[in-house]
Parts: sequence; C-alpha cells; structure tokens
Amino acid sequence: MSKLGEIISQNEEHIRSEWMKHMAASVQRSDLMSNVELQEQSRALLKAILHGVSSSQPDDFSGPGWSTAREQLQDISASRARQGFSPSDTATFVLSLKQPIFSTIRRELSGNQNEMFDTIWSCTVLLDKLALITAETYIATREEIISRQQQELMELSTPVVKLWDGILALPIIGTLDSARTQVVMEELLQTVVATNSKFAIVDITGVPTVDTLVAQHLLKTITAARLMGAECIISGVRPQIAQTIVHLGINLEDVITKAKLADAFALALHKSGRTVVRTSSAPNVNAAVIPAVQKEG
Amino acid sequence: MERIPILRMGPFLLITIQVDMHDKLAMQLQDDVTQRISDWGSAGVLIDISSLEIVDSFIGRMLANIAAMSRVLGAETVVVGMQPAVAITLVELGMSLPGVRTALNVESGMELLYRSLGTSLGVAHDRSEA
Repeated sequence: MSKLGEIISQNEEHIRSEWMKHMAASVQRSDLMSNVELQEQSRALLKAILHGVSSSQPDDFSGPGWSTAREQLQDISASRARQGFSPSDTATFVLSLKQPIFSTIRRELSGNQNEMFDTIWSCTVLLDKLALITAETYIATREEIISRQQQELMELSTPVVKLWDGILALPIIGTLDSARTQVVMEELLQTVVATNSKFAIVDITGVPTVDTLVAQHLLKTITAARLMGAECIISGVRPQIAQTIVHLGINLEDVITKAKLADAFALALHKSGRTVVRTSSAPNVNAAVIPAVQKEG
Repeated sequence: MERIPILRMGPFLLITIQVDMHDKLAMQLQDDVTQRISDWGSAGVLIDISSLEIVDSFIGRMLANIAAMSRVLGAETVVVGMQPAVAITLVELGMSLPGVRTALNVESGMELLYRSLGTSLGVAHDRSEA
C-alpha cells in the first residue's frame, strides 16, 4: 500500500468531515440535494478511492482496482447533470477533497519534505483525473438529454389527426424549415393515403412567423396533397400574419385560407356534403350533447 | 409494339398505367388518347397512376400535356391514385400540374367526372348528388 493509501485510511473520518465542511462553505446546493444524500455520496466515494489507492497505483487509473471509484463517480455526475447542477459544482465536489487530504498529508509527513511532496503530487494527479471523469460524464449525460429532447420534439411536432371521416388536420407548431417540411409532407401524404381523406386542414396557429420561405414550404405541402387528390385548407392565420403575407406579396390565391380551425372544419364538412345539426338544446353545461353530424341525402 | 391500354367506360376513357413509363411509351399514349377522344367523343379521361412509382419531369409534362390536349378536344382529365413519393418528387421538380384535376382513387375520380359531366351538360345526373 502506498503512503497516500495509509494516510487516507488512517484519517478517513477526519478527511470526510473536513471535506463536508469545505463543501458546505463552497458548493453545497441544499436546494437541489439533501445533506444526508451528500454525506452518503461522499462516504461511498471516499471508500472507493481508498479501495483504488490500496489495491493499485494511483497512476494506473484505468486498471481494475479503480473500477468502483470510476463507476461511483460516473453515477454521481450523471445524476447531478440531471438534477441541474452546474458543471463547476459537479467538478468542485471532487476537487474540494484536495484541501482536507493535503492538510492531513502535511500534518502526517511534516518531518519528511521529499515524501510529503511526492505524496501530494500523486494525490493531486489522482484527484484531477477524478475531476476530469466528472466533467466528461456530466457533458455526456447532458448531450444524451439534449438528443432525446430533440427526438421528442421532432416526433411531437408532426401529428396528423383525423377530425372526421375523410377530413384530416395537421396542426403545425414551431417554425417550418426544410427538414421539418419534408417530415410534415411525408407524414401528411402517408396519412391521406392510409385514411383515404379528401380534405386536409393545415393549421398554422402555432407558427410564429410566416416569411417567403415558410410560405413556399407550405405551398409545396399543399401542392403535393393536391396532386394526390386531397384538398388543403390553411387555417389559423393570425391578423399579423395575414398582413405579412400581403406585404411580402406571397400568392396564396389558389389556396383556401381561413382564420380559425373551426371555420376550416365547417368548410370541409360542407364540401363533403355534411352539415352540423343541433338535435336538441343542451340540457346543462356539464353534459353537453355533441351535435349530430348528418350526411345530406 | 408495347402500348398502354385505353378502356372505354361509357362517356369516359380509363387508362391504368401499370408499367414503368419510358419516353416512347409516353409519346405513344399521347397519340392514342387524343385519337380515342376524337373517335369516341369521350367527355372525360381518367388516368390511374397508383402503380407508378418513378416519375421524372418528362412524365410530369406528359400528364400535363394530355390534360391540356383533352381539354382542347372537350374532355376533362382526372389523375388518380398518385403515390406520396411521386407527389413529393413532382413538387420538388417544380411541377404542380396546374391544369390537371386529381382524386384519391378511381372511384372518387369517376365521381368527379360524372359531376362535371352533370354540370357541363346541364343534366341532373343521379350520382352528382353524392
């Protein structure tokens, strides 16, 4: 066992309490993590480091002796990344271990300058490596979260919903760029074929701005749907967007546009020969009767 | 010589494209359609392209041409059953086929033709109310 291992194992409790004190002064985030949990983590990590130091050399960090410490640290950093700690908070968790260990080494080896320096050096190399692991794991976890969110956003952004037999709605949320137009177009056309729908309502209430490029993408989608034999209606045109469209000189004259999704739906029902009829007055608000939709004979 | 069959269905012509179109076949089809319309006095042309999976700008232009020629001869053209991939390709090629009417399948295409026949001839056809 190296000198470093001996010193740590002899002064484990002391180092840990000093470490806790140090963290409480600098980086402890009581809003994100309870004190008990932090104690638990620091105890486990210190044990794992001790195991690593005593079973193999500190510079042989990728060896099997250190696997427990590595895993411990990866778990801790990953959970911190998810909990919303900052990268420096996460790294300081390990780095704040330096001061208590250094002062212990200094006390234990005060008579021997050379040995003290060597031990401090191997200790600082070790802790730097541990800190690098936390940083790497932190970033990897964050990246994982980001890519998962991107995926979810992409899936969320293109729902095609069936409003009625032969009438589809496509609510678009967010800006339409080329990549999304492609996804939206494919999704819409596949659904048109699958459900045999004659009408598709493209709702742009959730599109923040309509410039010439977005309009061009919209027109592409509508033209493709028309080529397949489905008629498109644009709904959810806000007043500002109507003004922008006219100011930019975008030609939407061949496309039916409506202000509200309800208007577009009513038009689609009308065009497919249906009409909405109220069968009786609604008895009360809680048990509202859905108006029956009948096909005109 | 290989050619695409043109079927006569009452006042309409039914063309089902089931093979990959090449340019010669397309030219031949143009000749045949115009000839048949004038022979039989057809009022409408229905082109079913549901088995067509590959299009290029030439085929797109041919469809537009057939529609334009038929209109000159007094017949409506409806293209039915276009595949999503084909529709996307045509749009990307910048061909929106402005003069061509479209429908989802042969059935609704026929309905469309009957309706236009009913209005243009002023006859109250029973299917036009559907």
